[in-house]
Amino acid sequence: MLFVEIMIRRTRKQKGFLAMDLNHAKPNGSNGASAAFRFRSIGSGALFGLGFVAFIDETVFHQLLHWHHFYDKSTTGVGLVSDGLFHAFSWFATLAAFFMLSDLRRKNGLNAMSWWGGMLAGGGAFQLYDGIIQHKLMEIHQIRYNVDVLPYDVAWNVIAAAMIAAGILLIRSGKRARAARNGGKRR
Amino acid sequence: MNMNGSPLNHGAAGVWAACILAAGTAGLAILYILAFIRSHRRGRSWPPHRLILWLSGASAAIVGILASSPAQAHAGFVAHMVSHLLFGMLAPLLMALARPVTLLLRALDVTHARKLASLLKMPPLRFVTHPAVAGILNIGGLWLLYATDVFGKMHANPFGYLSVHGHLFIAGYVFSSAILGNEPNPHPSSHIFRALILILALAGHSILSKYVYAHPPAGVPASEAEAGAMLMYYGGDAVEALLIFFFCRTWYVAVRPRPRLPQVKG
Repeated sequence: MLFVEIMIRRTRKQKGFLAMDLNHAKPNGSNGASAAFRFRSIGSGALFGLGFVAFIDETVFHQLLHWHHFYDKSTTGVGLVSDGLFHAFSWFATLAAFFMLSDLRRKNGLNAMSWWGGMLAGGGAFQLYDGIIQHKLMEIHQIRYNVDVLPYDVAWNVIAAAMIAAGILLIRSGKRARAARNGGKRR
Repeated sequence: MNMNGSPLNHGAAGVWAACILAAGTAGLAILYILAFIRSHRRGRSWPPHRLILWLSGASAAIVGILASSPAQAHAGFVAHMVSHLLFGMLAPLLMALARPVTLLLRALDVTHARKLASLLKMPPLRFVTHPAVAGILNIGGLWLLYATDVFGKMHANPFGYLSVHGHLFIAGYVFSSAILGNEPNPHPSSHIFRALILILALAGHSILSKYVYAHPPAGVPASEAEAGAMLMYYGGDAVEALLIFFFCRTWYVAVRPRPRLPQVKG
């Protein structure tokens, strides 16, 4: 929840930058353009992280280990809809993130630390949602069947929380690094 | 294998319906070639890769028709899904990428092109080509087909087969074209709006796949429904990845860095 709040506060603060026309902007020019590029770096990373976690989930746990079931038929309607929406969104996010990344690179606007921070936070957030809401509350499917699932659940969600925390730290230091650079220039 | 009486088993009466579909698709391919030649003759060149896209789309459509034609009734629900992926999704996408409306506007002389342009601006056409409406018609049509008894009834008569397949193809094409937004459009939707519609449509498709997995259409054995549903889910992902890729590419081209034009002061 804290993470969501932080993201919302950030979005509000930076609404002006989002609408900014970056087609002609120089990354190290105005503060506004630089912050907008940083924000887009976080966004691209977060979309990629979300897609990446969903991809790992699909290939490793569904296809290779066969721990997860395609559909275990006890799923409720809401669970099925949530699963479908997340599947579609993560599929879209993975490809969109690559295009956003190339766009940032060709405009020289990529903030690498913010991108990795966004990736960890986005991937962690999706994993936490999957682990708590989709597996436990909606019971779409479990991590593994015919074993004591508790250690798997704990590991799953602790890794997710650690990813979010590491992501937020990286995003913060990305901001500080930028502030230091800009401060240095001004002096 | 289907036994007699299963909805996928039809007599020779339905074969001509599949023939009409295949002939119609071949006709579209020939029309595009004619428009391509005419546009070149009028001195307005048209990239040959779009011709290749259109012809590949038409070929995919014909393969799709043959895969599940009434003559192949023994092939069952999985074959029907191959047909859905090729005829209802891949072929319309490839053909939408070929931008047939733009080519047609170039190939026609000015009077006819204007008539076509004003026809395209008519409210009913603008309505169905809006991304949200096109998405509902496309995915909603699929839900009607698989989640109600339309699937069983479709095979009962050739007209049912013809109208369902015609709808699948046209709705698939209009949807792909509306998402790509690559034809002349006086009121284009924003990329973010089209992205939202695309995600909702993809979700609708994958939810339907799982619904079919658990609730086989009437007359389809559970094992076939499961295999068909998984093909629909993963095959759908593959085709949709292409649509997402080309959609994102239109965004990437739209936001390319451009030299700033001199500001006009006045």
